[in-house]
Amino acid sequence: MRETRPQGITPSQTVGPFFAYGMTPNGKYEWNDAFTSNLVTPDTAGERIRIEGRVFDGDGKSVPDCMLEIWQADASGNFADPKDKRALPNSKFRGFGRCGTDANGDYAFDTIKPGSVPDPDGKPQAPHILLAIFARGMLLHNYTRIYLEGEASNAADPVLALVPSDRRATLIAKRAADGNGVYRFDIHLQGDNETVFFEV
Amino acid sequence: MTFAYPTESNKAHPARLSPDYKSTVKRSPSKPLIIMRHTLSELTGPVYGHETVRAGDSDLTTQHKSEPIGERIIVHGHVLDEDGRGVPNTLLEIWQANACGRYIHVRDQHPAPLDPNFTGAGRAESDGEGYYRFVTVKPGAYPWGNHHNAWRPAHIHFSVFGYSFVSRLVTQMYFPGDPLFPFDPIFNSVTDAKARERMVSAFDLENTQPEWALCYRFDIVLRGRNATPMETK
Repeated sequence: MRETRPQGITPSQTVGPFFAYGMTPNGKYEWNDAFTSNLVTPDTAGERIRIEGRVFDGDGKSVPDCMLEIWQADASGNFADPKDKRALPNSKFRGFGRCGTDANGDYAFDTIKPGSVPDPDGKPQAPHILLAIFARGMLLHNYTRIYLEGEASNAADPVLALVPSDRRATLIAKRAADGNGVYRFDIHLQGDNETVFFEV
Repeated sequence: MTFAYPTESNKAHPARLSPDYKSTVKRSPSKPLIIMRHTLSELTGPVYGHETVRAGDSDLTTQHKSEPIGERIIVHGHVLDEDGRGVPNTLLEIWQANACGRYIHVRDQHPAPLDPNFTGAGRAESDGEGYYRFVTVKPGAYPWGNHHNAWRPAHIHFSVFGYSFVSRLVTQMYFPGDPLFPFDPIFNSVTDAKARERMVSAFDLENTQPEWALCYRFDIVLRGRNATPMETK
């Protein structure tokens, strides 16, 4: 330990408009991607799903310079992190993905449906994916959660229960009509349909 | 060791709505955030393989045929938790403008030259003690459209992970004594002067390499403190 305890954490600053060449180059710059929007590895067990959507600002305009990061458990509800003492290293699934929005403000992640993770009281939570949202004009990223339409456990989820019922739908990704594992999750940074963000 | 992440520590961060930085006006939440307890989902975070950082990724001056133009600098320091302990083996990603203040990004229209020998992106993993080191060139200041005659102080963007998804930090490292500080709404979005200082690197003469490069020290403090202090005795 250092002699003096830090006086506080380092403050956040915006990711700015020009992060893509370093953080989400995606073949467009002379730099490789540390992370991609496809979390699925050949050995990953679980139901393949795609989460896609668009990011909107308070005027309803799409946000083309947004960076999204997700973090989730595997299909059995375990995290690929040694701090999860229950986890078994039985897959290359890392549970983390990053995606920049395109010119239309669209994004998409290919992943698997996460299993249930307990809350601090040991109560099961409904399957969910953590989402962090970064952009120009955002001095600190927003945290939210993606839940999946049609999961019976949503009704008893302890975190969803904290959310006023008229805003809960903003956290639930809508299943595509043809049932091909595609879910739609639009993100509204501000306004009447504002996505619920969490103070964590 | 078990870590806790008191939300009080978040008070060091800027308010999401900071109207002097105009883009925050339509991109900040207008409804209250929902306060929740941390579950295992929040208390864990990504682990990356050694393939994430390749040899040479931390030296931004050797990624092309020749060396970039500009003032070569060393930027180093420790990634720390709130108790002051080094955060080992955590990923740092940086990106920055070149010495003229121009980003390689396709939408940067600042009429300053691009440098064919400089991309401006780098990565490093902290060592067992939380120590990291980059070699780069000092970025230039550049104009932006926020208000009349608006210029960003020279800065390097940092992205750091830490122990959990809630310790995630994206910030900007500034250089000591920059005359643009009083006029920059992004820097001043952090309203506490002491917290602002934690974004400013310190000139490090001791680690400046004679005949080669100036050195700046930038320690980064992430959320996370020991939740079981008795066990350390």
